[in-house]
Amino acid sequence: MYDNAIEAAGLCRRFGEHLVLDGVDLVVPAGQVFALLGPNGAGKTTTVRILATLLSPSGGRARVAGFDVVHQRREVRRRISLTGQYAALDEMQTGRENLVMTGRLQRLDRRAARRRAAEMLERFDLVAAADRRVRTYSGGMRWRLDIAVGLIGDPTVVFLDEPTTGLDPRSRQTMWEAIKALAASGVAVLLTTQYLEEADALAARIAMIDHGRLVAEGSARELKRRVAGERLELELADADAFDELTRAIDGRAMRYERSSLSISIPVQGGAQEVRALLDRLDPERVRIARFLLHETSLDDVFMTLTGNHPQPSESELAHV
Amino acid sequence: MSEANTLIVRALRLTLRDTDSVITALALPVLLMLMFVYLFGGAIHTPISYVDYVVPGVLLVCVGFGAGTTAVSVSRDLAGGMIDRLRAIDVRGVTLINGHVVASVLRNLLSTAIVLVVALAIGFRPHGDPAGWLAALAVLVVYLIALSWLAAAVGILARSPEAAQGIAFLVSFLAYPSSAFVPVRTMPGTLQGFAANQPVSQVADTMRALLTGAAGGAPTWSAIAWSLGIAVGSIALAAALFRRRRIQ
Repeated sequence: MYDNAIEAAGLCRRFGEHLVLDGVDLVVPAGQVFALLGPNGAGKTTTVRILATLLSPSGGRARVAGFDVVHQRREVRRRISLTGQYAALDEMQTGRENLVMTGRLQRLDRRAARRRAAEMLERFDLVAAADRRVRTYSGGMRWRLDIAVGLIGDPTVVFLDEPTTGLDPRSRQTMWEAIKALAASGVAVLLTTQYLEEADALAARIAMIDHGRLVAEGSARELKRRVAGERLELELADADAFDELTRAIDGRAMRYERSSLSISIPVQGGAQEVRALLDRLDPERVRIARFLLHETSLDDVFMTLTGNHPQPSESELAHV
Repeated sequence: MSEANTLIVRALRLTLRDTDSVITALALPVLLMLMFVYLFGGAIHTPISYVDYVVPGVLLVCVGFGAGTTAVSVSRDLAGGMIDRLRAIDVRGVTLINGHVVASVLRNLLSTAIVLVVALAIGFRPHGDPAGWLAALAVLVVYLIALSWLAAAVGILARSPEAAQGIAFLVSFLAYPSSAFVPVRTMPGTLQGFAANQPVSQVADTMRALLTGAAGGAPTWSAIAWSLGIAVGSIALAAALFRRRRIQ
């Protein structure tokens, strides 16, 4: 037996000159949802592909379900499932046919594959649509089928690579429930996401990844504690005020948003502190038009730890 | 073994449910034959009756069309998430490709059967003996396997299903400057050398000779050598391309 469903130490991956993954360590016990959180191109998909044995690491070691992802690839593959960013379903087959086919490919005999398929259709509320072609399915149904197909071989470790990208809010809710139920049944779930609220809602532990390195790891609460308790958002009077204040603060802010003339600074939230800060930043009382205090979100943690990343940037590396 | 069967059934099912590939596999060959026999055939002078002449050509050209379907299917699986999902459950990539190739051969045999039935109805009466017919069919099957692997290689090479379709179309166009529809001697002199010696002509001439019982002077071995050469080359290319894509 093994202690942890996923153990990775010092994973590196190089594509040509480019170091996409730079020493990633992860530990995920059975029955836990673990989120890998980061912008596009941060190395999330690369990490998942290495752990799912689809890509070999340039350095480091990893064990999944107790087996080495390089030397015991076959053993690993019999115990995992991967649901990627693109639904891996055949549009021209029915939901049931997709399920039975995958069951057969995982060496279930015909009868067992049919039985498992029926169970999965039941569990994911797809009985009514079972014998319709997948092309007629809604986005949410497709997603449920995709997960069901991933589970037909009874994996002990499930990788979900940005499973909710492009889903509507209601489907996302349903899928969050499904992921929680999955973990409750003892399966380890490693999920990657760009959505901070998703990691917050689902994951027992979160690792934040940026430029191929883990910048923080912990529960949502622990991570939030790493930055100050509150975020003071200042709305500036005009663009000049924005520029002057940006200079005055000199990198201590969590975020700058020039379009809305707002700057956010981490604070403890006490009246004394805020008053003093406002006086120091704006002695003439003309630059700052309004201020707001927010509770820290994971978003703020990420912004702080990664040095004020603006929006997630498009990167070619997300798809290799 | 059961994995291979599962993926063959899948590939066959997917293409036979896709309107585009059904038309390509079932309607297009018959239409093409009718068009050549009734519209163009009257103007083409051949040593044997035109319908007897053109049927092997139609079959070969349609193998090219079918290859397009195969290339697109392969490319679609590699571009989407299917290949990753299968590899992650320990199904080898080559088993997936093999499924498409075998389905391609079976689909083309179905097209062949339909073309032959219609051909017989419109007066296709070659005088070869059953052994000749069987030999012609064998030559066709070897060519079919070769082009199916070539299509698979194209599907792996292309970065998108659209690109795969485009490349496959270009390759299938090579069937026209050949003896498939018209005798090579009617073509411009500069083209004749190419047209007479390229694989489609070699295979078409061989099939024609076998079907009409005039196998003596047919380029049988050269036809088979071409097909085997294309098959081996395509499998090697597919394997090399596959290895390259997997590493990335």
